[in-house]
Amino acid sequence: MTRPRSAFLRGMRDALPFIIVIVPFAMLFGLLATEAGLSRFEVGAFSVVVFAGASQFAALQLMQDQAPVLVVLATALAVNLRLLMYSVALAPHFGAAPLGLRAVMAYFLVDQSFAMSVAEFERRPAMSLPEKTAYFFGAVTPVVPMWLGSTMLGAVMGQAIPPEYALDFAVPITFLAMTAPMIRSAAHVAAAVVSVGLVLSLGFMPYGTGLLVAGAAGMGAGALVEAWTEARTEARAEARARRQERQA
Amino acid sequence: MIDKGQLWVVMAGLGVGTYLIRFSFLGLLGNRVLPRWLVRALRYTAVAVLPALVAPAVLWPAAAGGQTDPARLAAAVATLVVGFWWRSMMAAIVAGGLVLYLLPLVLGR
Repeated sequence: MTRPRSAFLRGMRDALPFIIVIVPFAMLFGLLATEAGLSRFEVGAFSVVVFAGASQFAALQLMQDQAPVLVVLATALAVNLRLLMYSVALAPHFGAAPLGLRAVMAYFLVDQSFAMSVAEFERRPAMSLPEKTAYFFGAVTPVVPMWLGSTMLGAVMGQAIPPEYALDFAVPITFLAMTAPMIRSAAHVAAAVVSVGLVLSLGFMPYGTGLLVAGAAGMGAGALVEAWTEARTEARAEARARRQERQA
Repeated sequence: MIDKGQLWVVMAGLGVGTYLIRFSFLGLLGNRVLPRWLVRALRYTAVAVLPALVAPAVLWPAAAGGQTDPARLAAAVATLVVGFWWRSMMAAIVAGGLVLYLLPLVLGR
């Protein structure tokens, strides 16, 4: 077996556990979008064109709240800003690949393919470019059909479930469930608390624009706390080093 | 109901915008270095935006006429606590769903 081929298969195998998360998440989108009045074709097109679950939920909810197009777009794109970070992180690994290939990879840059690739490239720093590319595409191979298939399955179910079973709280639970495991430091807590506090107190701002202010402030708060924490850790390490020098 | 004209504009705009975000550094900017403060801030997009997006619906759900609903609030708390403790999105969703549907039964309403 060639090495890129085995890297591709390894990517596929590593992606399998993510199916447990993707299937219900995609089904829920199909279901809620259908309840919101979208046709099966529109639901499928949404998932193909955008291919970024959290922002699709956000856009759907804001459109139901009758927010203006620009606010819907700005908020949903803000949810996807994390992809910019992924793009930055993967650029050094794939910079030497042909532009056309990178253009295709960009479409498939999702949470799962990013997280898996970065972890794998750290584990095996000697991987060649073709191997890395093969691993990346291996990782997205199970994800893409599962994502689209489950969206459509959800859309079909949505037509069968009567609207009385209000699923209004499915999105809040899903978003909180995505957020909670990401909270790993004081900086994450600061970002979430500042942003939530502001969005609640800025409710008077029109058309959900308070959310944009709150999100930006939350990101700033996270960055600030991270910078403070780093400065403090460095200062401590320096003090320790100086003490050891004196003892020696 | 969602306006269909608006829907397609949002879909197209979000699709193109999201693609450009993904393509940016991978495709064009390559080895250019982002300012450190920006990289820092980007790390917190998800934790800042996602909970803020749903916070009003948690505290004042439209489905309960804008009044705080104990079942929904308890479900949100359960989701956060389980997700934080077990580091698992699925466990958090299951916990939130169970509290949301079972608490009203337990309270006899």
